[in-house]
Amino acid sequence: MTFEKILLRNVEIPNSEKIDVYLKRGGYQALRKALHEHTPDELVEMVKASGLRGRGGAGFPAGLKWSFMPKAADVTKYVCVNTDEGEPGTFKDRLLVERDPHSIIEGVAIAAYAVGAHRAFVYIRGEFFTGVKRWMKAIDDAYARGFLGANILGSGFDLDLSVHRGAGAYICGEETAMLESLEGKRGEPRLKPPYPAQVGLYARPTLVHNVETLACVPHIVLRGPEWFASIGTEDSTGPKIFCVSGDVNRPGNYELPLGTPLREIIYEHAGGIKEGRQLKAVIPGGASTPMLTAEHLDVPMAFETLHAIGTMLGTGGITVMDERVCIVSAALRLTRFFAHESCGKCTPCRVGTQRLVDTLQRIEDGRGQQGDIERLLSLCDGIAGHTFCPMGDAAVNPTLSSIKHFRHEYEVHIERHRCPMSS
Amino acid sequence: MSPEEQKQPTHPETPTAKQAQRSMLLTALYIAQAQYGHLNDEALQRVAERLGLPLSEVYSTASFYSLYRLKPVGRYVIQVCDGLSCHLAGGADTLVDYIRQKLGIRVGETTSDGLFTLQTVECVASCGTSPAVRVNDELYENMTPQKVDRLLDQLAGR
Repeated sequence: MTFEKILLRNVEIPNSEKIDVYLKRGGYQALRKALHEHTPDELVEMVKASGLRGRGGAGFPAGLKWSFMPKAADVTKYVCVNTDEGEPGTFKDRLLVERDPHSIIEGVAIAAYAVGAHRAFVYIRGEFFTGVKRWMKAIDDAYARGFLGANILGSGFDLDLSVHRGAGAYICGEETAMLESLEGKRGEPRLKPPYPAQVGLYARPTLVHNVETLACVPHIVLRGPEWFASIGTEDSTGPKIFCVSGDVNRPGNYELPLGTPLREIIYEHAGGIKEGRQLKAVIPGGASTPMLTAEHLDVPMAFETLHAIGTMLGTGGITVMDERVCIVSAALRLTRFFAHESCGKCTPCRVGTQRLVDTLQRIEDGRGQQGDIERLLSLCDGIAGHTFCPMGDAAVNPTLSSIKHFRHEYEVHIERHRCPMSS
Repeated sequence: MSPEEQKQPTHPETPTAKQAQRSMLLTALYIAQAQYGHLNDEALQRVAERLGLPLSEVYSTASFYSLYRLKPVGRYVIQVCDGLSCHLAGGADTLVDYIRQKLGIRVGETTSDGLFTLQTVECVASCGTSPAVRVNDELYENMTPQKVDRLLDQLAGR
């Protein structure tokens, strides 16, 4: 049975980004229902009951995040939409913003009403040129039709929403770095706690959500939290967009219930490995998540099941590598990304990632030395857990997980003084 | 509490005028870059003056973000995605080598006629349609050397 598309229900319809198409598809009904039939507290309880967890990588329960926002009406509060998609292997938020921006606006408006915020900001990756235009056009149209601005749909609730364009920095996807960037500063993460729900944008309570998370909200309001919770597993509810790329026949975005086995996603939906080759390694949730091997293919793609085997659901960005891929080269490529994107604030991340790259490069080039594997492990030990933000923990995952599953391949590189995969 | 103290709101409205001005910095840098081609000393100085910020702060912020150009670039900036998925799709290395040979420049360099600059960039969120190449504001997906050929010829007006 094919799964009924929820988040991607509009994206293949012509002109799906236009407000008239969105309205024809039942758009903004959830906002109307939320504003006229529910109190803010009821909405918080609904999102809690739905079990919705953040889709940006960390998987934090959304309803709990909403309930952490102070209730006081005399405090300025903000909502921020994180459209800074940059996690290698992830390309779902770009699709949603370009093809269905109104579904996100509707989610933002409901969330803002629930937490008592009257000002919301979209932070979008500077490189998303089409996305920036789509966001701005969608916001203008939503204002013109009364879904944003003063007294939305006659409810007395006011909300202003504007777009803030980033300028090229992966780290700004980290919520506190994003807040710094929104304030016009270098995107360097803040120390937590305090969390943004207490001290966020301009030091005010701020709710930060990923695009896909907010796109779930209108559906929860319209169809009820029980319906949402009936999809997926007990701890990972709802639909999820899985981005499949790499050595598969049909790369692309696939919306499926959380808990769908990795094997089914790769072999049924994405059409299996190119030219019938064998799967060697797979990254389940973006470059930050530890890689898995063919023996893990039956794992259900859910927060708790992936955690149990030492990795993470992350963004749901699945990168498939077939038998021809050199694992040292893949780890090098991934680690180079983190070295390039380290913001430089914390020494272990700034210097450590560069040392990892140097060592991996040496091994890949056939100049590896005895003790290099231990050197890599010791570097990882010095980086993870010693940085302000989770980037330090993420940056060591390609190296650690590739050594864990393919240590022999590293040893062969070092012993033979060359990469065994290159001809 | 004295009556004066009671009048003070516990949470003054934000953003304050100063905060709002500072939040304009990224946008102001984009505008300056569009006007000057790249963020030279004069451009940074003007942004600093207009927003009432120290030049050092403006430079510090501009140098943090990869989309701000502190050095001149060619009319068309070719950016080849260097992400893992683009590599797996036979992208980055092949395309970079091909463009290097075709244009006779290395990564980071600009052709002598000032037309093309070649750069590699990190993941552009086109992993499902890789390999990806960006030229200025346009994204080109599922690229091959043949497609790159046609694109460069078209841009060069040949």
